[in-house]
Amino acid sequence: MKNYSIWSLFRNAFSGHRSWPQALPDVAPQEQYDAVIVGGGGHGLATAYYLAKNHGITHIAVLEKSWLGGGNVARNTTIVRSNYFHDARGRLTEQALKLWENLSRELNFNVMFSPRGILNLAHSTAQLDDYARLGNAMAVRGVDAELLTVGQIKALVPYLDTSPEARFPITGGLMQRRAGTARHDAVAWGYGRAAALRGVDIVQNCEVTSIVRQGGKVIAIDTTRGRIRTPKVGICVAGASSRMAELAEIRLPLENHLLQACVTEPVKPILNTIVTHGLFNFYISQTDKGELVMGGDIDGYNRYSTFGELPPLEAAIRACLSLFPSFSRLRLMRTWGGVVDMSMDGSPILSKTSLDGFYINAGWCYGGFKATPAVGQVLAQMMATDETPELAAPFVLDRFHSGHIIAEEGKGPKPWLYH
Amino acid sequence: MLRIPCPYCGERDRTEFTYGGDASVQRPADTAHVSDKAWDNYLYFRDNPAGEHREYWQHNLGCRQWFTLVRNTVTNEVLKESAANPGSGP
Repeated sequence: MKNYSIWSLFRNAFSGHRSWPQALPDVAPQEQYDAVIVGGGGHGLATAYYLAKNHGITHIAVLEKSWLGGGNVARNTTIVRSNYFHDARGRLTEQALKLWENLSRELNFNVMFSPRGILNLAHSTAQLDDYARLGNAMAVRGVDAELLTVGQIKALVPYLDTSPEARFPITGGLMQRRAGTARHDAVAWGYGRAAALRGVDIVQNCEVTSIVRQGGKVIAIDTTRGRIRTPKVGICVAGASSRMAELAEIRLPLENHLLQACVTEPVKPILNTIVTHGLFNFYISQTDKGELVMGGDIDGYNRYSTFGELPPLEAAIRACLSLFPSFSRLRLMRTWGGVVDMSMDGSPILSKTSLDGFYINAGWCYGGFKATPAVGQVLAQMMATDETPELAAPFVLDRFHSGHIIAEEGKGPKPWLYH
Repeated sequence: MLRIPCPYCGERDRTEFTYGGDASVQRPADTAHVSDKAWDNYLYFRDNPAGEHREYWQHNLGCRQWFTLVRNTVTNEVLKESAANPGSGP
């Protein structure tokens, strides 16, 4: 494996692109590792990369039960932002956003980060006041936030129905210009490749079947490809978090739900920012290929299957057409779903556990993708030092007993109501 | 689409119903003397099974009654006919 460069591009272009080396070697698991990360999605691969890069721990493995980046990292709508009200979530996602800005260079892999901005629309003066409050909370933290007038929005998103006759007339909006999108598959491949270049074993088709413990410590894990001895196990498995924790006899405050998204046929550039509906949970952006990718609410009841139903998509499309009536002529190309692990306060869990050497990264609800680089750093630090890093401290599992829960929306322990 | 058998109105589309969460968690009996830990476990912690799940539903666009249902969370198959559950709910 070699780094990509302008010269390798040149060389391979002139040989008809027939001699590109394999992007990632296919490795079999060894009998022992210093640490094992379960889950070969964005979070797991980023954790492995930062364990190797920041902490020099390279005798590690990432185990993926199916194929690399085949889970939620390939199923999200690629939005990257840090527009949170609560300090804890704001700081973690802002740390991630700073890393996104330089990620392609860092990984020697084009993750196609595109800071095109995210616009949250307001449909009443009260909502605009609320966005001013959110914007102020962000500004206090040093994060960019800008209130836009209807005139500014009209100039920025010409296809948006900004007329007073609209189904939900627009009164203004909150813009975070540094937010954007990144190519999700490239994020998984970029982190995987960069980790493998530093000596990390990335093992696909390897499912964890049990966690072997002794005296309150992890000593090994059993997999479908044999037993692996290791003192540290970190799980980054989203929808499989509850089952994985159950193997360690740990119960988590999670409930799985299905989140769907869809994409239209590609068209010429018509939308140069991410737009969200301020009343319904709806978000839309245009990919670099020209497709409009959009999503809405979760299906509304707990699921373990990625096969969804039409009503939530119909609701999303209804919201879309109330904002962009002219999009009604576009055809939908694909719909898909991802199983998201919704936590009881809508915030993630990034924590050590009662079992020594067992680390949990779960409960990201809708929003795991945007945090990928920061989660990788923080979880790597936690696994390397066995201490809780400052950015992770608010997200410990113990908060559900201590009462320090982080509810951005305050819906209580009803995770199916969180946006 | 998921079809839900309401014990009063019969089988209807799931869009007529509101999901109410896990019905298998037991509210501590003596709430005056329950430990914080037991109360937090009741509020927040779940089994989240891939398979049989006992859950609350409300037929909010029909008879408005709450009832419990056992459903397979992987296949969406309703495994046990719903039972009227007067006086309870999430």
